[in-house]
This record gives sequence, structure tokens and C-alpha cells, in this order.
Amino acid sequence: MSGPSTYEPKTGFTRWLDKRLPIARLGWDSFVDFPTPRNLNYWWTFGGILAVCLMIQILTGIVLAMHYVPHIDYSCASVERIDRDVNFGWLLRNSHANGASMFFLAVYLHMLRGLYYGSYKAPRELLWILGVVIYLLMMAAAFLGYVLPWGQMSFWGAMVITNLFGALPVVGTPVTEWLWGGFSVGNATLNRFFSLHYLIPFLIAGVVGLHIWALHVPGNNNPTGLTVKTGADTLPFHPYYTVKDGFAIVVFLIIFAFFVFYWPDALGHADNYVEADALVTPAHIVPEWYLLPFYAILRAVPDKLGGVILMFGAIGVLFILPWLDTSRVRSMRYRPMGRWFFLFFVIACLGLGWVGAELPDNKVPVLGVLGLDFLWMGRILTLYYFGYFLVVLPLLGLVEKPAERPASIERSVLGKDTFGAAAPVAALAE
Amino acid sequence: MKIIQRLLVAAVGVLALAVPTAWAAGEYYKPNKHVWSWEGPFGTYDRGELQRGFLVYQQVCSACHGMEQLHLRNLGEQGGPFYLAEYPNANDNPIVRAIAAEYIVEDGPDEFGDMFERPGRPSDRFPYPYANQAQGRAANGGAYPPDFSVIVKARKQGPEYIRSLLLGYDYEPPDDLEVRPGNYYNPYFPGGLLAMAPQLQDDLIEYPDGAPATREQMAHDVVTFLAWASEPHMEARKRMGLMVMIYLLALAGLLYAAYRQVWSNVKH
Amino acid sequence: MTDVNSNHETGGEDSSRRDFLYIATVGAVGVGGVFAFWPFIDQMNPAADTLALSTTEINVGDLEEGAEITVKFRERPHFVRRRTAEEVAASAEVAVNSLPDGDARNANLAAGSPATDENRSALSAVIDDGVEVDETLRASLLVSGANCTHLGCVPTEGAGDYGAWFCPCHGSHYDTSGRIRRGPAPENLPIPPMTFISATTLRLG
Repeated sequence: MSGPSTYEPKTGFTRWLDKRLPIARLGWDSFVDFPTPRNLNYWWTFGGILAVCLMIQILTGIVLAMHYVPHIDYSCASVERIDRDVNFGWLLRNSHANGASMFFLAVYLHMLRGLYYGSYKAPRELLWILGVVIYLLMMAAAFLGYVLPWGQMSFWGAMVITNLFGALPVVGTPVTEWLWGGFSVGNATLNRFFSLHYLIPFLIAGVVGLHIWALHVPGNNNPTGLTVKTGADTLPFHPYYTVKDGFAIVVFLIIFAFFVFYWPDALGHADNYVEADALVTPAHIVPEWYLLPFYAILRAVPDKLGGVILMFGAIGVLFILPWLDTSRVRSMRYRPMGRWFFLFFVIACLGLGWVGAELPDNKVPVLGVLGLDFLWMGRILTLYYFGYFLVVLPLLGLVEKPAERPASIERSVLGKDTFGAAAPVAALAE
Repeated sequence: MKIIQRLLVAAVGVLALAVPTAWAAGEYYKPNKHVWSWEGPFGTYDRGELQRGFLVYQQVCSACHGMEQLHLRNLGEQGGPFYLAEYPNANDNPIVRAIAAEYIVEDGPDEFGDMFERPGRPSDRFPYPYANQAQGRAANGGAYPPDFSVIVKARKQGPEYIRSLLLGYDYEPPDDLEVRPGNYYNPYFPGGLLAMAPQLQDDLIEYPDGAPATREQMAHDVVTFLAWASEPHMEARKRMGLMVMIYLLALAGLLYAAYRQVWSNVKH
Repeated sequence: MTDVNSNHETGGEDSSRRDFLYIATVGAVGVGGVFAFWPFIDQMNPAADTLALSTTEINVGDLEEGAEITVKFRERPHFVRRRTAEEVAASAEVAVNSLPDGDARNANLAAGSPATDENRSALSAVIDDGVEVDETLRASLLVSGANCTHLGCVPTEGAGDYGAWFCPCHGSHYDTSGRIRRGPAPENLPIPPMTFISATTLRLG
């Protein structure tokens, strides 16, 4: 899709540079004159927002590491010292801690965008898979980072997650002890978690590079899911999408700043301000909100190994998604039945998040009168989660009759009355 | 013998935490609502409340509860109870120096390798009531009085919970709950039984500013002080937040205008 | 690409308003960026607990004539030397205008005070109310920073051309009142703020 480069070096220096290291040309072709579908809506701004999130996390993280002490005796106190004594320390730590939540908020919306508009379908399978790799790395980084303040939630979160590996047959115990560097979560664990927490963001940045590369080969998907055909379908990335992304980023930063400045502890747990105590587990331990759905899936299975397999399977299924969806049409906009299943999928994900935060034996409000407790609600929603990927998407594509699509992206934005005779041809061309 | 003693202490500790789950969750009271001066996006700590609250902490709480993360100088830093604009460096603040000098602090080792005692200085930490956790446990029947440095952030609905707890001793225990000696019934505490005796009584201390030292007033003041101790930079945070919000909203407006301008001749 | 770029040339007044909007937006982003960057820089400055690092008290009563100890004050080593009468006399004879650095470099005195021996010694120290300190003791005491003003090494005691301190790193010679006499160091050793809080106790800071 990206045609010949339109970059023209204007000064002597840029001509000199262009012959040796065409980095300015790369930047120009990727972010200035990159042909971008003209109909992208605000759901497409989350890529830029996520780049900003990653940058904020890396920058604040590097400076926090200048003050943090990865030792079980000093970790809590060093975090408090950051909040109290380090210049702007409270601001940097609030930004980093809330930044993780904002990062996940954005990545979930980004993923749902991809799911709804079929951005994972050919020719963007690798783009999608690289995205899932980034998401996995993000979860690892977030989990490791949450351990570092060495509060009660840090410690018991680390305990529960590392013990998941104990479910592995035969190698379970050796693997968990290898992870801990001891007989339980301890100082060795905290030290290695800090080291890895510092490493992973740079891995993420690397995979993000591949992700953008893989995006720029076929170009952006768009709300119609139609393939770009002519120049009339696109606009140059700059200034059209730089300004649109910029506006969306600032709106996102307003939400971000609201949490940092006015509600900094809302997304955390009070228990994590209590120093880790290996003798006492808090009465109700839950992961951070962005991991709750997986926690619910883990608990849906009465078997330890089964729960672990299902939980990792919930992410694993995303890797094969491009080959599970059999529909000829990318965008749910033209899939009258698919849209409904998608809507229920979103509800199921939110529901799983709710279940993850509640005690399994508690009755669900309202539905509790029917005898539904959170354990069973979690099981039903888990079933739907997997059913959506493994049953609905493979079969629906075979039976569903897609709605009529516009002839091209250009036609779609010029008005709904311009469906051309070319529509069936366009569908085949997808 | 010692091992048995330790095991017993540990068992009491575990029991104290096991009780809430065993004791049918949800039967204790939710903290009462209360209005604080420092709520909302513009709320600040009231200096009078902070100063009186410090007095309550110093004269009542500090016998059992330490504040490990706080230094005496914090009292005179910007946003603190005794901040004076003419002493931007809290080390020079005469009120803080006088408060610090009232404490005896262990320092050392000196040139002979001995520890020695001296009057406190603003740069010292708040004196801790115990040498270590075990001592704190032993002195309090196995229940370790928690550190107060971040207590307001370390409890759900922290301010309301602590206030309700302090004033929550006037209830009759339910019939099926046995209140053993050394325990007190307080329905705001998870499980209903805690090792802390009621602390606040009317006119327990005398406020230098003449405010009536009722139980409610003391509870209100000390919670305000503890909230400040948990987050001494809250006022700075809100002040900066206001500026950041104004800036971001203005920038969003500019960007939206620029966006409309850029896209004005494109149908999309 | 489409024809959308062609409209940019229309209307003089319109385009200047448009340019103003773009410049204002880019400017606002730039100014915000600079402000946002400051916390990342400032966090590396000494933190509040470091700044509050307190004072150091030294017992100078037990120091014998000619003896020297090194104490730590605000993370840096400091020389405390009780000089002999001959050393004080020799140091007092030196003409200030012959010194490489004529400034006393004394935190207890106004900046630019001359580097006389009197101005370098503990005679310049503040004395707390009600405290009486022997004047010969004060005149004989020298308290100064122990990091060479060249590049920060600690000079060796009792070496060099002036019988006081010689920096082994790059060969700076200091005299018995801590003044640079020869070598690459640009300034005299700095005198910290000091107060006698009793007849024999000197507090730094």
C-alpha cells in the first residue's frame, strides 16, 4: 500500500544524511506522508495514546529507580521516602502507579477496536499477534511492578501468581523455587522482580517497533473494513492524524491527570500500604482491576492445573484468533449477527472483571434470588468468553449473511446513498 | 518455654485476623460518614485541627503507635501543622525545635563506640515506642499496635473508619460474642473485638487554643492530623492539579480548534 | 492523496488566523512539555531528608596541641586541628595579598572577607549565649573542609612545603590555616558554619 517514497531532502546536510542513513526518510514516510484511510474514527487514536503511555511509564520508571531500594527491609520505606522527601516524588510515583492503569485502559479499548473492526484478519495476522505479545509483556511488567512496594498485596499477589507454576506436573516445585530463589517469596524474589521489571518495558518498546512496522506494510484497517484502493481513500498522516491523535491524547491525559492529582489511590488497595507480612494474609486479596477477568477465569475451575491452563488459554486463544474467524467481512459494521455476539462478549469481559473482585461464594445482587453466586456467574461468563472465539467466530462466518457494503472507503464517507454496483466486487476483493 | 510462648503469641495474632472471616462477614458496622475540611478538589487541612490533632497523637496515641516514616521536621514543612512562612527551612522553625527538644533521642556511637542520649532535633525521626515488633507485641498482649505513618491510606475509608473506631466503644456486644479480658467490643473493628481500650474521654487533654476537648472534637482533630501524616503533600498535589487541569483543558480546546481547521475541507 | 491540500492557499486573513492557531497550539505543547520535564530533572536534586541532614558536634576540649582529627559533616570529611602557637604565629605573618586566594572562604563571615589567620580560625565561630570559650583555644582551632578545592581528594596531613597538608592527587600545598599556597587548587579549604554551644563543644552547621 505504501507507494514510492515522497521524501525530498532539501538542504545539503539532509541530502548527505539521506545517502548514508535515511532515517529522516523513514520518519517522513512513516509519520508524515503515510497514506492513512480518511475515515478513521476516535477508536483509532488509542495507538498514539498507548505510545504516550509507554513513554510516561519508562520515563517515570527510570527516575523512580533512582530512589527505590529493592530490599525487603527498605523497599517500603524507600517508597514512602519517594512520596515524602524526593522532589516531586509523589507526582512521579502517582503517575507511574496510575499510569499502569491508564495503560491497560487504553490497551483494552485498542484491542476491542481491533476485535470489532476485524483488524486481526488477513493481511494483518502478524500485526495482531505482535499486539498480543505486547499485551502479555505488559501484564508481566504490571505484575512485577506491583510487587516492588512490598506491601501486603504485593507480597500475597506474588505468592499466589508464582504458586500457579506449582500446578505444573513434576516440575512444579522446582520451577516455583527457581522463580523465588528460595523456599518462598523473599528478598531474592524481590530483587529479581525489580531487575525484570526494569527490563520488560524495553522489550515492549522493541515489539512496539515491530508492531508499527507490521502496521505500515498493509496500512491501517478502517471502520468499513474495506481495503484501500485508490489515493482518494486516504489522507497523509500529517497533519490530519497527528492533530486528531494529539487531541485524543490530551483528552486522555485529562482523565489521567484527574486520577494522579485528585484520586491517586482510587485504583489501588488500602492493604498495599501495610508492609508485607509473611505470617498474615489479608482477608480479601484481589489483583489490580486490569487482571480481574483472568482471576475470575482461574477460579472458575475447581482444579488447580485446570484453572491455570484455562487462564493462560484465555490469552492463548487470542494468538490463533486470526484463523478462527471465518467471515469474509472484516468490520462488524456489516455483520448484523456478529455485532450482537460482540456486544455480549464485551459484557462478558466486564462481568468477569466484576466476578474477579467478589468472593466466589457471595450471591450475585438481584440474580442471587435464583441462587446464582459469583462462582457460577464466573463459570457461565468463562464459557461465553471461550465460546465466542472457539464456536461463534468459526461458525458465524459460515452462516451469517453480511450487510451490503459501500464500494469504497471514499464512497462510504461521501454518503450512504452512493452504494455502487461495484459492492459485490469489492467484497470479493477483500 | 520461650518457643511455646512465641507460638501462643503467633496463634493469638492469627486468631485475631481469622476472627473477622469466621465471625460472619458483614455483621460489623460500616464507618459513619463525616465531613472533613480536606475533602474535595480544593480542600485543605485546617491548621488549628492539625495542631490539636498533633497534641492528641503526642499525648494519647504515641504511647503505643509509632510513626516510622515521619521526621519531626515534617511538622514545620509546607502544609504541616506548624509551618511558618518566615522559616522555609523547618530545621530553623522555633516551634518545631522546641517540640523536638522535648524528646530524648538515642544517638551514636560516639568516639568511644558508645551510644548516648541527647535532646531531639528537627531532623530526627519521630521517636518509636518500641525497639522492634516483638517488643511491641509483648507489651500489648500479642496485638501489635500498627504504625501510623500511612494509617489513613492503609485502611478502607480510612478517615471515617478511624474516627468511627475511636468513638465506637459504647455498644453492647451481641450475646454470642464472648469478650475476654484484654479485649474490647467495638463493632467498627472487623470481627468486633480489639485489644485497644477506649482512649478518648471528654477533657482528656487541654487544648491551648481553648477549643473544647470533647471526644468528638479530639477524634476529628487526630484523624485530620493522621491524614496529613499519611500524605503531607496533599495540598501541593491539589494546587498543581488545578494548574495542570487548566492547562490541559486549554490545550484540548486549542487542539480541537486546530483539528477542525485541518479537517475543514475534507469530508470524512 | 486527495485534493485536500490545495485549499491551503485561499484567503489572506483566513490563512493568518489559521497560522496563528497552529503556532499557538505548537507553542502550548512546547511550553507544557518544558514544565512537565522539570520534575524529572528536579527529582535528582538533594531530597528533603538529605537537605535536613543535621549538625555535627565535636568535643574540642580533649584535643591536644598539634593534634588533628577528621570528622564527617554533611557527608563530607572535615579537618579539626588544634594548631601549636608557632603554627598560628607563622600563619599570621603571611601577607594576605601574597596568597593565591585572598578570600577567607568562611561561612561565618561575609563573603569576600580577607584570608587572615584570624578570619580562618575558630575566632570566627558564633558563641551561644552564656557560653564562655577560652580565646587561645579559639585562635588555635582550625576547622575546614577536607576535600581539596582542586578535584576533591583529601590532602595528606603533615606533608608539603608548608608543613600542613599536601594533596597527593595533583600536588596542591596548603598551609596551617588551610589556605592554598602552591599547586592547581583554586581556593582555600572552606570553613563550615560553626557555633560553640559549650566551652569545649563546637557544633558544625
